[in-house]
Formats: sequence, structure tokens, C-alpha cells
Amino acid sequence: MGITSSSIGRKVAMALSGLFLVFFLLQHFTINMTSVISAEIFNQLSHFMGTNPVVQFVLQPVLIFGVVFHFIMGFVLELKNNQSRSQKYGVYKGQANASWMSRNMILSGIVVLSFLGLHFYDFWFPEMNYKYIEVLPEDPNRYYEELVHKFHSPIRVAIYSLSFVFLALHLLHGFGSSFQSVGVNNKYSATIKKATQAFAIAIPLGFVFIAIYHHLNA
Amino acid sequence: MATLDSKIPQGPLADKWNNHKSNINLVSPANKRLIDVIVVGTGLAGASASATLAELGYNVKTFCFQDSPRRAHSIAAQGGINAAKNYQGDGDSTYRLFYDTIKGGDYRSREANVHRLAEVSANIIDQCVAQGVPFARDYGGLLDNRSFGGVLVSRTFYAKGQTGQQLLLGAYSAMNRQIGRGKIKMYNRHEMMDLVVVDGKARGIIARNLVNGKLERHSAHAVVIASGGYGNVFFLSTNAMGSNVSAGWKIHKRGAHFANPCFTQIHPTCIPVSGDHQSKLTLMSESLRNDGRIWVPKNIEDVKAIREGKLQPTEIAEENRDYYLERRYPAFGNLVPRDVASRAAKERCDAGYGVNKTGEAVYLDFASAIERYGKEQAHVKGLDENDAVLVKKLGQEVVRAKYGNLFQMYEKIVDQNPYETPMMIYPAVHYTMGGVWVDYNLMTSIPGCYAIGEANFSDHGANRLGASALMQGLADGYFVLPYTIGDYLSDDIRTGSIPTDSPEFEAAETEVRERLEKFINNKGTNSVDYYHRKLGKIMWNKCGMSRNEQGLKEAIQEIQELRDDFYANVNVPGKADEFNEQLAKAGRVADFLELGELFAKDALERTESCGGHFREESQTPEGEALRDDENFTFVSAWEYQGKPSEAILHKEDLNYEEIEVKTRSYK
Amino acid sequence: MNLTLKVWRQPNTDSQGNFETYQLADVSPDMSFLEMMDVLNEQLMSQGIDPIAFDHDCREGICGMCSMFINGEAHGPDRLVTTCQLHMRKFKDGDTITIEPFRANAFPVIKDLAVDRSAFDRVQQAGGFVSVNTSGNTQDANAIPIEKKDADRAFDAATCIGCGACVATCKNASAMLFVSAKVSQYALLPQGKVEATDRVLNMVKQMDEEGFGNCTNTGACEVECPKGISLENIARMNREYLAASLKG
Repeated sequence: MGITSSSIGRKVAMALSGLFLVFFLLQHFTINMTSVISAEIFNQLSHFMGTNPVVQFVLQPVLIFGVVFHFIMGFVLELKNNQSRSQKYGVYKGQANASWMSRNMILSGIVVLSFLGLHFYDFWFPEMNYKYIEVLPEDPNRYYEELVHKFHSPIRVAIYSLSFVFLALHLLHGFGSSFQSVGVNNKYSATIKKATQAFAIAIPLGFVFIAIYHHLNA
Repeated sequence: MATLDSKIPQGPLADKWNNHKSNINLVSPANKRLIDVIVVGTGLAGASASATLAELGYNVKTFCFQDSPRRAHSIAAQGGINAAKNYQGDGDSTYRLFYDTIKGGDYRSREANVHRLAEVSANIIDQCVAQGVPFARDYGGLLDNRSFGGVLVSRTFYAKGQTGQQLLLGAYSAMNRQIGRGKIKMYNRHEMMDLVVVDGKARGIIARNLVNGKLERHSAHAVVIASGGYGNVFFLSTNAMGSNVSAGWKIHKRGAHFANPCFTQIHPTCIPVSGDHQSKLTLMSESLRNDGRIWVPKNIEDVKAIREGKLQPTEIAEENRDYYLERRYPAFGNLVPRDVASRAAKERCDAGYGVNKTGEAVYLDFASAIERYGKEQAHVKGLDENDAVLVKKLGQEVVRAKYGNLFQMYEKIVDQNPYETPMMIYPAVHYTMGGVWVDYNLMTSIPGCYAIGEANFSDHGANRLGASALMQGLADGYFVLPYTIGDYLSDDIRTGSIPTDSPEFEAAETEVRERLEKFINNKGTNSVDYYHRKLGKIMWNKCGMSRNEQGLKEAIQEIQELRDDFYANVNVPGKADEFNEQLAKAGRVADFLELGELFAKDALERTESCGGHFREESQTPEGEALRDDENFTFVSAWEYQGKPSEAILHKEDLNYEEIEVKTRSYK
Repeated sequence: MNLTLKVWRQPNTDSQGNFETYQLADVSPDMSFLEMMDVLNEQLMSQGIDPIAFDHDCREGICGMCSMFINGEAHGPDRLVTTCQLHMRKFKDGDTITIEPFRANAFPVIKDLAVDRSAFDRVQQAGGFVSVNTSGNTQDANAIPIEKKDADRAFDAATCIGCGACVATCKNASAMLFVSAKVSQYALLPQGKVEATDRVLNMVKQMDEEGFGNCTNTGACEVECPKGISLENIARMNREYLAASLKG
């Protein structure tokens, strides 16, 4: 059994792919946040991201791989972990010794994954269609309008916000936990934990803020 | 009366072991592969012996009744392990350790064995450190020591309050290495049911697989018994629930003499009994006496007020406390040997000064230590030494670092905080110095059958010093038996493997099967524990901390009656061919019911007081134990003759060449 | 006090188990949990019912043999104790207590509440040792000074009693806390460093083969561990494993 198939190897892979996604999330958030400040900057950045060949043909596939890897590995581990105890307990008091978040990563993960499905349907498919199938002419100023349009529906904003609550729950455990998985547990751990938890709340909250902001200002 | 040959080598005491090692027969590495050895028990002695024998090249089969060899009760030893390293530079030496052990044993142990023990003690520490045993260290990174009862030097190595655990895990790890190499075949959840003797030699055992109840035959060229002591004959003791005498008793019934059964150690610092439901007693390490002061109130009115809950021990003024050990034994104070401390506690409680509801408890108080350490810490840190709150806090931290796990254990059991109020303690049965008689090579009176560790009798005389049990277990297993056994096995290199289909194996297995079926088919009315508790009461009341002729005679009578009742009316539910704890327990209690009688008989025979054996008829006017060297400087080795009452006494005279036999005084 | 006890009964490994309910009266708060079980067993035997099998030995919290899952928690509701040190004063009159065996595929039930934890032994046999001969011909114990901090940490890791509460309590039935405690003990001591690479690789391999689940850092094991073994050890094992894997 090599590192890739060992329990610890997989755990580290989970952590690293997770950290990568956290980094992506931060980047995504930063760009989205600019939409609140200035439509122009947002359009510029979005245009760059949408047309730069490195972003489109290198980073985008890496990101997709990262997402797919993280969730497939997540499912594989959950399945295997679940099989390690075929006969379940009659009474199991999980809340006595572990947080809800840590015990329900698969649930929060599935919600986030469903949201990603919606997000792909909403954003990525039309975008791909626009750029590579129908090959429509690029309008560097279309992004802001599209964004505002998306947040027009209160139902979409509600789903969007709810998904980010689950993302926050996922991150509350996952972000800090990934440091433990790669072997970081030392005198800085308490600080790391606080910082990751602050991140886990602040960033999803920020996304929700952006959604509501555009919904109300439309 | 046959004399016993203890096979002590010739020559000066200090050279005996080295000369002996140089002169005994060895088995060549190629031949060791052809020889099987069975080890029963995986405590310090059994695990270390198994590992070393396997490493030497023998094929080892090791048995334990627990679910893993790591559970053996050596794991519960708390305080430490002695070794004559003299790291503290306080004048320790091999001779001093030897001398202290002989004196501590009240001049009833075999001089040559004890000297050998002291010689190899230092090696044990080296060995354990090399194995990764995490002993306590000081800030310079070197090993730390503490002092223990009955000695004037600090020679005890420790790992907080879990020394036994760490040493056992060390030996267990050495075993694991050999199990991984295939040199040890480990049989967990297996109990030895009988010894098989072929042509006068130990050639195997009948074992019962405790999971499915099946009987198994296992053959070997030698059998090593490392099954621990028999303290559970008292029902309540600090031994584990499963600790039993059965392996030792079965070989006794097959011809091994049983020595000094009445030498039992009652440990002074245990948590007092809380009620009738109690199943076992918990020890508080002797190391606590380094810092704890033992006392009872001076005034009987205070005792009454405490029992009624009207007065707290912390409210009793210093001048109204009787620090009776410091009063009676100024030189050693709270660090007198265990037998002395236990009897002194009993004396106070018998006089009516016991401090709990049952009247059987004394205080072990850490207030002065907390204050002393607190002041020291305040001084070191440049803080105010007169700030009582600060000093207490700092002092408690030091005490927590030293004894934290013991204090926690106490609090969980008693529901009182020992940092704030004194602990209550009372003596309890802890260790048995007596055991299977062995010669210098640790061989019993059955050729090819060895006994090591607490299971044998050899090193502690009539009383064992603190932190010496771990030392003896590991000395026997790592450094003594693996050499001496070669002397015997060198005759067996051409024997070949021992068949298990011989009539002897057949007969032994049948006997075991019939015994088990008898229990199952008995369908009586009383549980096994019912008899065990009754036996324990008889033993504690009549063969406990003090004994007299009348009581011992009654005990013999009562045990005989109880045994008859047991066989007639015991109820063992379930079947023989399944996981059946009650059946396993029934077999063990049956053996205790025989051993108990021999115990009382031995105590009756020995009319002197010595070590843990206190005969009321033999005491000084001040109530101290009075030895009778003229008539009793011998080991009592009992030969089984069908019944405990008919056992024949053999005497091994004890000759002291290097030591002048003196009255033991700790005043 | 009077209690209702729901106890898992299973005659042997291959059979189906189920809960049985028993009433027990006059339980003293000073009893340990196992003493309460003794009393229950006496009562069952007097009624002609097979007594409940459970593992126990030292009854002072150090041998690691007792192993019950009580009201949804390994070793019951109290912290830093084994079942044998859990006292009935932690329960109230009229309580219903559910008692189950430690459950994990790697710990098959032998009978009732007794389980087979020999998987732990096999993990240790795969590398939980220092390969030093027991000849006594080693160097002097004080030849290598060890920084007190490391010695203390090694000791803290070594206090693991191998009871399996970490596995029982982990929602994934992971044995990482147990294995990491042993890996850590040796990794922190110079005597153990020599074989550190092989040790961690072999022990983790064996752990995986035994069918334990993976760690998802819930931290439940640390909370329920009767000896308070820290999650730091798992992080250390992860580091050791990564380093060892890269070193090959």
C-alpha cells in the first residue's frame, strides 16, 4: 500500500485539495467583492479571468480537477469510514465529544456540491456556451449586468445564501482541520484555529452580503 | 524429612552469579531452534522472559488469560523500580541494595538470590531506557530518582505514577518484536489448566481457550510459570480481578513445593473499603509517603466529631494531631517499610482512632508538602513567600506534577479533593512474598518447571521493599532465567519435539475436562463470588495483619468447611465449551480454597513474627514484631500430599555469610 | 437508587445480538460501574439467566481491559476515566442506562459486551518497539540525556492504555489516536528515532489492513480518551508518515 492509497495519504490529499479550494474561494470572493465597489473594476477583472488563456486553459482545469478530486475522495472516505462500523450503536452521543460540523462534513459537502451544480448551470455552462460553442463576440462590460441580473430572483438569493451557510459550516471544521491533517499541531494551533474559523464565517458571509446587496440595489 | 537443594553456587557471595554464569551449560544457537519453551503469564517476568528466550533462539509459546499480554497486572504498579545506579551520589551500591533488601525482608530471604538481584538491577534500567521506556528526567535530561520506604538513599526510578505500565509496555514491545518475527507464538485469552509431567519432567500444559472453551494440549521442553501472586485469596486486594494462584497451585499439586505461603504484604496506603459491594481495593503509591504525612487525631472526641461529619480534618490544629509514624520511628518516619506502617495504622484504628465511618482509615496529608514546595517555587520565581494563597497554588502545581494521576484516581473513587483535604487510607493486601519454591536457577522441585517473578518465593523474604517487585520481575525475566534455563535444556537437544498424544497428556486433559464438567453439572445455589467473598473474610480476619494460634486453627477449620460447601453447592451457569467467565472463576476460587488452608497452616507453624507475618504471641513489650531466629531461620517449603492439611513441611535453612542477622529497627 | 439497564446481549461473534432490559434496585452511588454490573450479574444468575459477559481486570483504570459504551459514550459520561473508575454517583435514580460493546469491524464482539481488540496487538507487532536485544549489554542509561520536554511528551503519549475507546467513539472507527500515541512515544526519544521511518510506515500499513476507518479530525477520541492522549500525536504521526513516505 503506497502513500496514495494509505489512510494518511488520502487524508493529506483531502487536506491539500481543500486548502487549494479555500485559496480559490478567497480569490473568487475578492473579485466578486469588487462588484459592490465598482462595476468597472469587476468587469475588468472578470474579463481578464474569462479570456486569459492561462486562467482558462491551465487554472480552470486544475480547479475543476481539484473540486472533483475533493468530492470524490470525500465520498470514497465517507463510504469506507461508514463501512468500518457495520453494526451501528443503539445510542451514540456524538454531540458529547465532537462538533456538529466535524461530524457532518459529508452533509455540508453535499449541499455545497449541489450548489456548485446550480452554479455551473447558472454561470459556467452559459459562459462556456457563450465563449466556446456559439463563439459570441466578447463584450468586456457584460459581466456586471449578468451578475446583477442573477440576483434578481429572491428564491435564487435565498438558495445562494443557504448554500453559503453550509459552506461556512464545512469550512468551520475543514479549514482548520486540514492543518492537523498535514501535521501542523503546535503552539500556533490555537491561533490557526481561530483564524480559520474567522475566515470560515467571514467569507461566506461576504458572499451572502454581495448577493443581498445586488438584490436590493437592482 | 528431605532436605531441599537450593543449588547455590560455591565461592564468595559477590562472585557467585558471575562464576555460575561462566560455568553452566549452554545450548548452541543451532540447537535452540529445536527447543520449545512455554511461558505462562505476561507480566514483567513472563513478558521479559518470553522476549529474551525468543531472542536467544528458543521457540516460545506464551499464554495469558487477558485479551492482550499488555493487560497483565504488573501494569498497575505505580511508584517505581529500584536499581543500584547511585546516580544521586548518595552512597548507594550493589551491596547496600542487597543489604536493604535482606533487612527489609526481615532476614528470611535467600542471600545469594538477593545479591544477584542487586547485581543485575542496574542493567535493568539501561535495558529499559534502550527500549524507549520514558522514565522521569530532570531538567538536565538525566534520569530522576525518588526514595521509597525502608531505605536511606534515593534509588527508585519512576515514570510518574505509572512505572509498572511503562516497564510492562517495554517488555511487551520486546515481545511484540519477537511475535512479529514468529519466534513467540502468543495465546491470548488462554488459561493454563494443568501441568503435564512426563517421566518426572515438565513437558507441557493443558490450556483452555477462554473464547470457545476448548481444551488444548501444548508441549514443550520446559515450562515457565510467571503467573504472579495469590493476594486474591483475600477476595479484596489490590490485585486485578483475574489475578489467581491456579498456575502455581496446579504445579504444586504436580510436585512443586510451595514456599512461605503466609508471607503476604499488606500495603499501608490503599483507599479504604466503602461498602459491601466492593470488588477490589485501589492502591495509592508508596511514593506518596515521600511527601504525605500520616496522622490520626490525638483526641478521641475529635475522631467522633469527624465520623459524625461535624469536624473537618483541616480544622484540627497541629498540636492535636498524632503523626504516629514520626512519633514511633523518628529515623525513618513516614518512610518505614510497608509491614511496619500497616501494623501501626491497624494499631491506631484498633485503638479507636480510625477516621471514617467504618473506623478503618487514617489520614495521608499533603498540606505541609504543598506549603514546602510552594515556598520553594515562590523563592525560585522571586515571588512573595509569605503569600499563603500563592504558595498553596504553586505547591499544588508541584504536587500535581509528581502525583497528578494518583490524586485524580483518588478523587474519582472517593469524591473528595485530596489537594484540599487529606486523603484517607487504610492497609490492604497487595503482594505475596511467598510462592512456588525455586532453587538458585529458578527451577521448581519439578525438573523443567520454572517459576519467576511474584509467582516464586525467592527474593523478598518476609516483607518486600517498595519498588522491588518490578526489579525482581524484570531481573528474573531478562537476566536470570534465560541463562539458567540453558543449563537444564542442554540435556534436551536430542529429545526432538514432544508429542501431545502421550498417555500423560491424555490423562491430564481428561482430568481437567472432568473438573470443568463437575462445576457445570453441579447446579448449586450459590454463586462463585459468594464463596470467594466468604473465603476473603476468613483470610482477612484470621490470617490478615495479625494472626494468633486460635484464629489460625479456626481459619483452617472454616476454610475446610467452606470448601466442602463450595463443591456441594456452587452454581456455575452456562456450558463448558463457550465463553464462560463464571466457569473460569470457579476453577480459580477452587484453588484459592486449597491455598487458603495451606496459608493458614503455614502461619500456624511459624510461631515467630517476621516481616508481614505478625503472630500476636511473638511481640516485644512495645508491640513490635519479635523474630525467633534460632528456630525459624528457614524457608518453609510445603509438599502436596493429596490435601492441604496433609502437606509435608520441608525446611531450607537460610545461611547468612555476608550479613549479620540483626533485629530490624527503623527507630 | 433504582435503574433500568438496556444491555446488549449477543451469545457469540456469529450470532445476532439484541438489547435486553433489566431492572436493578438499591444501587449505591459509591459503587463503580463494574461493581453495579457484578450485582446485576448476581441477580441474573439467581433468576437463572446467563450473566452478562464483559471484559475487566485491574479495576483501577490502568490495564485497559474494560470497554463499555455507556449511554452513547465510550467509558460513559465522566471524563478521563475508564468504565471501572466510573462511579454510579454520575447517574440519577430512575435513569435508563444503555450499555453496548465497543463497536467497530476491527473489534468483533466475542460475547455480549466483550470484544476482540487483538488488532491493536498486531499493529504493535508491526513496529511498536525498538529493536534492541534484551541482553542488558546496552549503554548506560544516562549516556544520552533527553530534553525534559521531549521526555515528558514521550511519557504523555506512552500513557495510552490500549483500551480502544478512541476507536469506539470515533464516528469512523479510526485507530489513529492509538497508533499515533505509540509512534509519537518513539519518535520523541533518541532511542526510537533510528527505526522511525520503517516503524511509522509498517504500523500505518497494518492499521489500514485491520479495517479501521480514517481520521476526519473530529477530535472525539481526545475527549473520550481515559488518559487524555492529545490530538497532537496524530499530527505528529501524519508528519512522520509523510516524511517517511518521501524518504522511502
